[in-house]
Amino acid sequence: MVCNICGKSQATVHLTEIIDEQITELHLCEECAQKKGAQMESHFGLSDLLAGLADLGTQFNKTKTEPKLKCPKCGLTYEDFKKVGRLGCGECYNAFKEALVPLLKRIHGSTQHYGKSPKKIAKIVKAKNELDVLKEKLQKAIQKEDFEEAVKLRDKIRELEKKNNK
Amino acid sequence: MTLDDLLNNTGEWIRCTGPACDIVMSSRVRLARNLANYPFSHWASKKEQETVLWTSKESILSLKKLKDSLFVEIGKLDSIDKQFLVERHLMSKEHMIDAENKGLSVGQDEVISIMINEEDHLRMQVMKSGFNLKEAWQIINDIDAELGNSLDFAYSMDFGYLTACPTNTGTGMRASVMLHLPSLVMTKQIGKVLQAITKLSLTARGLYGEGTEASGNFFQISNQVSLGHKEDDIIDNIDRIIKQIVDHEQSARETLLAQNREALEDRIWRAYGTLKSAHIITSTETIDLLSLARLGVDLGVIKQADRTLINELFVITQPAHLQKLEKKKLSPNQRDVKRAEIIREKLGKQ
Repeated sequence: MVCNICGKSQATVHLTEIIDEQITELHLCEECAQKKGAQMESHFGLSDLLAGLADLGTQFNKTKTEPKLKCPKCGLTYEDFKKVGRLGCGECYNAFKEALVPLLKRIHGSTQHYGKSPKKIAKIVKAKNELDVLKEKLQKAIQKEDFEEAVKLRDKIRELEKKNNK
Repeated sequence: MTLDDLLNNTGEWIRCTGPACDIVMSSRVRLARNLANYPFSHWASKKEQETVLWTSKESILSLKKLKDSLFVEIGKLDSIDKQFLVERHLMSKEHMIDAENKGLSVGQDEVISIMINEEDHLRMQVMKSGFNLKEAWQIINDIDAELGNSLDFAYSMDFGYLTACPTNTGTGMRASVMLHLPSLVMTKQIGKVLQAITKLSLTARGLYGEGTEASGNFFQISNQVSLGHKEDDIIDNIDRIIKQIVDHEQSARETLLAQNREALEDRIWRAYGTLKSAHIITSTETIDLLSLARLGVDLGVIKQADRTLINELFVITQPAHLQKLEKKKLSPNQRDVKRAEIIREKLGKQ
């Protein structure tokens, strides 16, 4: 078999690419494969696959997210992320949130962390959970038209919120 | 502790002290953490990397459990020493590349190791002998909490611990066990097992993690998902599944013994015989034969050697280990000769 690119040398590298369930096969000679460059590095890791997946988020909202999504803190652009499969800093998660949420959903099947948190933050998390429970109860009370209970809950929520904001 | 001290010591997992260590070689839990306020390692400037390295080092060495630990700057090591640490499962292959400002801390018995400035600022690992994920998790959970007192980790209420690669976001946890499953391979059931594993959002890899093939019937099984579940639940999930795989391997071993005893014993003794008498042996052949010898010891067929010795041979016959033992660079051919010599000597003593 001859190389698909140069059409001269014997093809020794065989690639299979699957895009939208369409399978494309690529047969290359050693030289052309090397020219094809960085993507063919011996270690084809997860980050390479990720870079492909990373397009997911931006496709939804092309006009809004393109041309230049850039993290204000570290300067990494979403394009950079797509190339290397790695984010630049913690703030990137905020800057690219719109694009990252569908990506995280795709990878983990979830976008909400339920595990441990640093001790310093754990306190705040606990308070937040408490608030969520109270707000849920309040909704139920209103639905049941139990206004006496609802008022009590509302006051409790206000109190907690005040405390948290301190 | 110095790097060369490791050579004369054996890690806890080698001594095979943990539960079910006939089938489960080791249990590992690793956590990925990043310091808030610094770019992730690959995106940080040299100066920032340096700050992360020294800040983390100070916090790590102040931990009770890592007080007398080994600390090395990877950039200052030669390639054999770096390879040596990878072979001992104390650091990743990735940690060898662009080694400037990368660090590694290794605790007593090689149970705890922490890489600094790998893909994430901190990659901490706890490795216990046998099937013992829960204890590994307890130890690393404590270390994480203690480090959190002096270091601010990048964390978000929604996404949890923030990591360079979104595949680790959330808990930043990867729990894995190294399984030795020769009977499931021999009875051709392994394909089904591995297939089932991926359906349960676990993943199977070879001896050295990402991108390596399973050799010598070793399979490293770990969780794929790190976001959306509590750490305990992730561990519990793997624990249950591994228990079943261990049971399967156990019954496959019994079936083989019951139905094919002679053929099995023949394979085991031939492997043992080759190990005891070969004068040139490659590392691939060594792993395959040691795997059979390990099975022989587990089944009580081979009584002249024990698990600790076989485990030790797996480790010290690797390329960088041979060169460190010999204290000089060896060509692949020289290594094959040296490897055979060491195996003959160690098994000959039995």
